[in-house]
Amino acid sequence: MRITQGTFSFLPDLTDEQIHAQVQYAIDNEWAVSLEFTDDPHPRNTYWDMWGHPMFDNPDAAALMMELRDCRKVYGDRYIRVVAFDASHGWESVKLSFIVNRPADEPGYRLERQETASRTIRYTTKPYAADRPAGTRYG
Amino acid sequence: MSATAEAPAPEAPAAIDLRSEFESSGVKDVLEELDRDLIGLAPVKKRIRETAALLLVERARRSMGLAHETPTLHMSFTGNPGTGKTTVALRMADLLHRLGYIRKGHLVSVTRDDLVGQYIGHTAPKTKEILKKAMGGVLFIDEAYYLYRPENERDYGQEAIEILLQVMENQRDDLVVILAGYASRMDRFFESNPGFRSRIAHHIDFPDYSDGELLEIALKMLDQQNYRLDEAAAAAMVDYIARRREQPHFANARSIRNALDRARLRQANRLFETSKGPLDAGALSTICAEDITASRVFAMRSQEKETNP
Repeated sequence: MRITQGTFSFLPDLTDEQIHAQVQYAIDNEWAVSLEFTDDPHPRNTYWDMWGHPMFDNPDAAALMMELRDCRKVYGDRYIRVVAFDASHGWESVKLSFIVNRPADEPGYRLERQETASRTIRYTTKPYAADRPAGTRYG
Repeated sequence: MSATAEAPAPEAPAAIDLRSEFESSGVKDVLEELDRDLIGLAPVKKRIRETAALLLVERARRSMGLAHETPTLHMSFTGNPGTGKTTVALRMADLLHRLGYIRKGHLVSVTRDDLVGQYIGHTAPKTKEILKKAMGGVLFIDEAYYLYRPENERDYGQEAIEILLQVMENQRDDLVVILAGYASRMDRFFESNPGFRSRIAHHIDFPDYSDGELLEIALKMLDQQNYRLDEAAAAAMVDYIARRREQPHFANARSIRNALDRARLRQANRLFETSKGPLDAGALSTICAEDITASRVFAMRSQEKETNP
């Protein structure tokens, strides 16, 4: 099951050229771009691991593309996303985030039902990938 | 259906007017500015003109589909301190930007300290950080030979050199590297790092300024700050330049700039101490001979005379 989070996730995967253009757009808006990766695809998993520092003073997207190539070499079997952070006063938050790398095989989620007091049922979604320990979930 | 929907491949232009290309790309403006703003440096200007012509033709060839590779644009600027290497590098960045060889056209000027770390594992991230900053523009490495220290085989400079070489080779579209330094030491540096020599296409040598050119530079600098020399001061300046050249650590235009800064300081002091009434604009912007002759350079010569009569 293809997970959909962040911008562009309902579109086909972006090519490197398209990623470059999007990142350049973010930089031109003075947002700091950075890379994050994870192997826990749960939609509530907001805090991914950082790859390097956010790039506050690189005027060209080639810098991020270089980091992305390096990141793919190490974590090519995991989810990688580009995060564009707007540091300007009043915003101080992420303005754009999109997935740029995903595992070859995305097993999807299972729904767990927990029966509790007086016929109440609690639901949990669990990624199948999370059955395996972190670091060995894909590939 | 699909055959008709396909757009025809963009037609390559049949002919290109280099002259109009030269003017419309803004290369002409950069070269004219270079001629106007920089005094002397005739061989440098000639080389830049040649390089600009080559790049313009290369661009025209590319638009006709005759060339596909990005030409190697990495350069080395050799010359004594204060001969305008950084200034020319700035202009070069502008030129390359206007020709479309680099995307942003900014200049990141660094030295060994910015690239090489202090302990193991510190160098690679530091060098990469600088490279990332320079992407889309020009990376200017001043006194590049300090990167290589043959006397210490565990020096981290080698690590920075390797990363630099790799990026210079693989990401030629993304940044241009300019190495700068003294001619003789750069030659030795290139001898011991053949990888650099083969990756650098343009070697430009910066000659020292003549005394006349330095005076012209001094006058231009003063003019930009709305100062002027009176007649005696101009004569003192000629004398100063000749004397300063004899002394150690002479750095061409930079020495002149520093001398003028000190002369301004002395002028301000003189005005402050001697003026009784209101001062007009002329008095505030005139540098007199005594502001220049108070320099250490003149004192040294007379001291020498005193000690060895």
